[in-house]
Amino acid sequence: MKVSDIVRILDGRLVCGDNRSDYTIDVAFASDLMSDVLTLVNDNVLLITGLANLQTIRTAEMSDINCIVFARNKKVSQEMVSLAEESGISLIECRYSVFRTCGLLYQAGVKPVY
Amino acid sequence: MDQELHYEYNVEGGDFSRAGYASSQIKKILKRLNIDAGVIKRTVVACYEAEVNIVAHAYSGAVYFDIESNRLKIVFRDEGPGIEDIEMAMTEGFSTASEEVREMGFGAGMGLSNMKKNADQLNIESEVGRGTRVEIIINT
Repeated sequence: MKVSDIVRILDGRLVCGDNRSDYTIDVAFASDLMSDVLTLVNDNVLLITGLANLQTIRTAEMSDINCIVFARNKKVSQEMVSLAEESGISLIECRYSVFRTCGLLYQAGVKPVY
Repeated sequence: MDQELHYEYNVEGGDFSRAGYASSQIKKILKRLNIDAGVIKRTVVACYEAEVNIVAHAYSGAVYFDIESNRLKIVFRDEGPGIEDIEMAMTEGFSTASEEVREMGFGAGMGLSNMKKNADQLNIESEVGRGTRVEIIINT
């Protein structure tokens, strides 16, 4: 699934990153605990989280995660955008709960990590 | 690697805005050297966990990164409270992290075991009241 599809399905707002990018995600993982995210070994993971701070972006950078959805209407700061741009990470703001976000993406065919 | 390289970075205790800076620099260097992506990921995940630990628990610290002929050696040295019982600290779920650290998405007692999982060798030495030295070895 492409970033543009995720934005459309979640009626989200792409805060940074390229909407026309061919990059596709294989699986998704939802967590507010970055320690759990750092244990993943999969490639092309979409991170769904309600934790909006610089360490969310750093965690994605270290884990080779190229797209993050911030659910529960969490807002992305300018500092987060700058850091994400450095690593080519797309950030999407979404007003739905984590549960609803996951439900919509699962229904659209996105697979879980486990 | 044909050439051996050495880099150093400072890490400030408590400064969460910069936590991950050293690991990010290490990642950029390894990418430039065309190291295998899986090796890079294991290295930087282990480094980031160690770096976050310094920020979360110590007063100050430094990272010493050496690229050797067939391995990467990353040493994290801090001045801080030290670890009373390393075996206990290695137990998944054991944590002494503050509320602030937990709000950042860490402090669940998973850092050391995740470092061990990603590193080929993990050596921890600590003196209570003085500080801790964590050495991560990754074979390339």
